[in-house]
Order: sequence, then C-alpha cells, then structure tokens
Amino acid sequence: MGKELAAVIGVGQTAHRSSRKDVSMAGLVREAALEALVDANMTWKDIDAVVIGKAPDMFEGIAMPELYLADALGAVGKPMMRVHTAGSVGGSTAIVATKLVTSGVHKRVLTVSYEKQSESNATWGLSVPMPFSAPLVAGAGGFFAPLIRSYMHRSGAPRHIGHLVAVKDRLAALRNPKAHLHIPDIDLKMVEESFMLWDPIRYLDTCPSSDGAMALVIGAEDVADRSDSPKAWIHAMAMRSEPTMFAKRDQVNPLAGRACAKELYGQAGITDPRKDFDCAEVYVPFSWFEPMWLENLGFCAEGEGWKLTEAGATAPSGDIPWNPSGGVLSSNPIGASGMVRFGEVAQQVRGRAGDFQVELKTGRALGHAYGGGSQFFSMWVVGNRKPGA
Amino acid sequence: MRDVAVVSFAASGVARETESNEIELIVPVLAEAMAQSGLQKSEIDFVCSGSLDYLFGGPFAFVAGVDAVGAVPPIRESHVEMDAAWALYEAWTYIQTGEIDTALIYGFSKSSIGDVQEILTLQTDPYNTLPLWPSATDMAALQARAYLEANDLDARVLAEIAARSQRNAMGNACAVRSGDVTIEQLLAAPKVADPLRESDVFVTSDGAAAIVLAADDVARRVCRRPAWIRGIEHRIEAHNLGLRDLTRSESTATAGAAAGALSGKVDIAELHAQFSHEILVLSDALGLDPIATSINPSGGPLAGNCLMAAGLSRIGEVAMRIFAGTADRGIAHATSGPCLQQNMVAVLEGEAHG
Repeated sequence: MGKELAAVIGVGQTAHRSSRKDVSMAGLVREAALEALVDANMTWKDIDAVVIGKAPDMFEGIAMPELYLADALGAVGKPMMRVHTAGSVGGSTAIVATKLVTSGVHKRVLTVSYEKQSESNATWGLSVPMPFSAPLVAGAGGFFAPLIRSYMHRSGAPRHIGHLVAVKDRLAALRNPKAHLHIPDIDLKMVEESFMLWDPIRYLDTCPSSDGAMALVIGAEDVADRSDSPKAWIHAMAMRSEPTMFAKRDQVNPLAGRACAKELYGQAGITDPRKDFDCAEVYVPFSWFEPMWLENLGFCAEGEGWKLTEAGATAPSGDIPWNPSGGVLSSNPIGASGMVRFGEVAQQVRGRAGDFQVELKTGRALGHAYGGGSQFFSMWVVGNRKPGA
Repeated sequence: MRDVAVVSFAASGVARETESNEIELIVPVLAEAMAQSGLQKSEIDFVCSGSLDYLFGGPFAFVAGVDAVGAVPPIRESHVEMDAAWALYEAWTYIQTGEIDTALIYGFSKSSIGDVQEILTLQTDPYNTLPLWPSATDMAALQARAYLEANDLDARVLAEIAARSQRNAMGNACAVRSGDVTIEQLLAAPKVADPLRESDVFVTSDGAAAIVLAADDVARRVCRRPAWIRGIEHRIEAHNLGLRDLTRSESTATAGAAAGALSGKVDIAELHAQFSHEILVLSDALGLDPIATSINPSGGPLAGNCLMAAGLSRIGEVAMRIFAGTADRGIAHATSGPCLQQNMVAVLEGEAHG
C-alpha cells in the first residue's frame, strides 16, 4: 500500500455535546488537535502539513473555514488542505492525510475534522431550495426512510430490528465518556414509544446533532518506529463514489459500497470480515443502517444482516462488535463522524479504547464512513502490527 | 518522486451562463480534456475536483460533478472545497504513492447566480472580521495601498498591468474582459476601493477547467510533449491581515523556493492574481524578471476568473504552451483566501524536442 507505510500515532477527540458554547470553532478543533499531539508526544512544530475536513460549509455559515482555522491548527507556514466529500468526509480526510505520508511527501501529518452543528441547523442546511426542484425540507431522515422501508420489504426483517440497534449503541455509549448521548435507562420500550419522525424511523432511531472534533496524527514508518506511542498501522484504504441516481441503481445495497469494500479487503487480505476483524466502527446514523451495511460490507449474505443484529453478534459481547464506542447514533458531529469511526478503531488496535476496549485476537479493525444519498464511501483497515507482519 | 505530467487541459468561460446548469458547464470541458488525452474513462484511475457550495447556493456542489463524470460503475473520487489546483495536488500525491497512474481533475463554478464579493466575505473569521463585512476588494485594496506606499509607486503601475492583461486576453477564448485599452483610459475611471479601479479587480466567469495527469510511460504514450511537474508546493499564512506583512507574500516565496521555481529559466508564469497589484507582490515573491518571463500571457484572472477553476487553469495555461512548444519551462501559481493568504507554486517543464 503506497511507497511508505503509515500509522496513526496520535488520537484526539473532543467531548461531543449538543452545544459546545464554551469554545469557538477554532477552540473546538484545537482541543482535538492538541490532545492528538500530546498523545503522539509531539508539538505543533513537529507537524509537516495539516488536512482538515468537514461537511457542507452551510452547517456553520462559514465558507472555506480552513482559511480562518489555519492559525488555530498551527498550519501557518505549512501546507494545508480542506476536504469535503459529504458524510464520508471524516474518513476521506484521514485517507487524504495518510496519502501525504504513504506518497513519501511528508513524515508527520495532522488531520482534523469537525462540525459545530449548534451554529446552525443541519436539516435546513441540507434543504436549501434549489431551482427546478421541489424543496422537501426532509433532511437526511426523510431521504433515508424509504431506503429502510425498501430494505425491510426485501429482507423480511421484523420492525423491532432497528430499535435493537438503537438500544445496543446507546448502552455502549454509557462506557464512552466523550459520547454525546448518555441514556442510562434506555430499553426497547423507550425506543418503541419515542415519537415517529419518518416511518419507520422513530426519534431514538436517529443520531443526535453534535458539536465535536476529531484529530489524528499520521506518521511515516520511521517516525512510528521511533515513537513511544502505541501505533495503529494503516493496512488498507479505499474510496468509491457513484451518482445519486442512475438507471437500476441499488440504493439499499449500493454498488459503490460493495466495490469499496472489495478493494479494501483485497489490499488487506481480508477474506471473511466477520472473523478477520476484532471490531468495526461503521457509519450508522439511523439504526436500520447497521443490518444494511452488514450486508453491503460482506459480513453476511444479502438479506441476512438483520439476523446478525437480532442474534447479538454486533453487540460488545458478540463475535463481531460494531460501534463499541456508541457510534454515530450516540454522537454525530457530521463532518467529524467518519474520522471518529476511523479514530475509534485505531484506538481499539492501539489498546487505548478504555472501558469499551474489545478483545484483540486478529489485531485488526474496520473503519467506515458514507455520505450523500448512500453514494460516497471511505474505509480503512488498521492493525496493531505492520501490514504483512 | 515519480515523474508526473499534465497531458491535457481544457477550460471554458463566459461572463454569464444563462442556458446551462453546473453539470452542463462541466460536461463539455471534461469531454475535451479526455479527448485530448486519448484516454478512455475506464483508464482514469482517480477523479478529484474543487468547488464551493456557497457559489452553488446549496450543499454538495461537487455532486453535480459526480453526475457530469458519469460515475457508473463507481469510481475512486474525492473533492476539495478549494480551488481545483489543490485537487490536482491531491491527485499528484496519490500518483506518488505508486498505486495509480492517471487522474482527471476539474474545477467549476457558476458564480453569476450569486454575489461573489459577499460570498468571499464569508471566508473571514466569523467572530472578529466577518461582522465588519469587508468585501474581497476592500481587503485587497488595503494590500494594494500597503504595497504601493512601501515601494513608492502610484496607481499608474496598476493600470499598466490591467491594460496588459486586457491586451493579452484578446487571444484567449475563455476571457470575458479583453481589448486594446490605454493606461489613460483606465486611469480616467473612478476608483472602486482606493487605489483599485474596476479594471484592477477580477471579473468572474461561469465555466469549468479540467486537466488529465499521467505518470511516467503513460504520459509519454498519450502526449507528444507532456508538461512534467518538476515541483509543486503550497503554504498557508495567518488569516488575520494584521498578523501579516501585506507588502510581501511569504507563503508564495517559501512554496516557490521549495518547488524549485528559480532553479532554471522561466519562459512563462501564470499567476492567480485577482487584483492588479497581486502581479507585483507575486513577482517579487517568485523573483520573476518581467523582461525574461512572459507573465499571464492568457490575461489571467483579471480577464476572466472562473472561481474554483482559475488556479487549475493557471497550471493548464502553462502546460498548454509546453505542449505547443512555445515554452519550455514555466511557473503556475494558485491562491486562496483574502489577500493571498494561501499559495501554491508548480514548476512545469517540457523535455527537449527530438
């Protein structure tokens, strides 16, 4: 993979809250970046380049905020880039940053992603009236609910499956102090009785709107070898995009997701993801996307994903824990959510996941993000040993 | 580093496009860049673009690009919310990993549908600067005045640059402001933000630009005379104007030196100068000799500034002259942010004929 090996040698993350009124946008990204630098035993001057990512600028009302954030992220005098690939952006940003290292261009790259949703309203930000198209003001949930209904119809999944995921991920979040939602008494009944937003998505089947940031320090092989900090070696990375609409497009089980996973698993030598990974952090903003992505990512045959969820296979105690951090259902700073997935699996293989640490058997884990109308995908595989070792 | 070259370039530009949406603006430009390269869609390993949601007027402007590319079957694709010159940089680093050999890069905007000065103001620090609501031209005028005063010059030097741009642009089909104007004619016009006149301020155009990059043997196979990227570097400066010496562009100087801009003759320089005085600031930073080097022979952004594509077009304009053999070595520059906050310098070179 690339000319040089690369590893995550520092991880930093803010606490995710509905409104981080205590910090500006610059303060928010700096909080995550500083924590990552400390984790990597580095200071600002050690960093060669900065790559920042976030979802649409309209979520905060600032155009190209990397310009204003250059000072806060110690980028002055250095190269800085800004990535935007919709919801997958947190993952894509980590991949762009890593390629700066695997290409041999840089040795130490700081990558940060964030969203400060409290500055604006994401549903309205996604629903700007455009010429010649009806403004739906449906937000993401309104877009994805029909896809979920289609999945239920195709797979025959019973209606409670989504609620099981909603409970599982919120229980997991209780072990993660940085998670936005902490609902100690969550159970199936509470989810079932929460109000309907977009049939079949109930209030507790959705992700929250969060303020938060995530930061990673990516180091080249020689830098990582010299570092005392635990490493998450990057074994594989892949991205895929497809248009929102085209004839015969499968929106429930998108080809771009399958193609992305195929390239990723090929690079990493993954033949059976359910056995080859110790855990996965997968972008599940609406509960039903867990069974849908289980199938799209090849953890089971098509139509079988809901059975894994129902059997508890994806619970922290299951054979393939999905989202042991609590996932997007527990914290959703949109532009950062993909990088949170990538960073949480790095923490798992580094043995740094604290109270939600999974048992390391293969020492490898999958990070996943998606965006747009289930059309943009970014994924990586990290491991506690060098690729091939 | 692998040898990577620009092997094709296409661009469009009109003052105000009323018939086409963004997708329709992109499609013909991509088609032309692909046709020039002779590569099939299936031979493109990676696609990367640059655009700005605020110019589009809604979230996810880049999705229009994914439609225009026709990403079926799914493609390896990424996007920067920056000028597409940085999309080219991202693609260049990807090619450097050795995993891929080719990339299609494009940038686009239809800025006539919005208020560009107001949108550029939204780039400023939302807590301390934005509430003052300075336009891009207001901020540029501060830099222009600082430069003129520091160098004991007057606005006549700006008019000379503006007149030259308009003359150079007479041969450029993408230009939207061109003509044989005199310095006196330009100086007779009122100032819009002292010391800048309208002729010193960029004019936007609606359109797109696209480039195909290829490595090593692929580049030699598809292009008679590839424009090899001998160096490409970019740097950012502090955002707050008060923290910078506006009479100099330190980031351009640093990026230029790192890219090897001065380690050889420079036949041509295409500078992403959106205001007349920026030609002076950038020429100083790059140590350009205006006699030995043809500066902005296309007319540059003063003649037509297709936002998010204009930086990429500077690279294309240099490459095009290397393809044609009218230049052997050139410098392309791209910028972003108020008063040249962020700058990229690329050095392109053609091999000797034979």
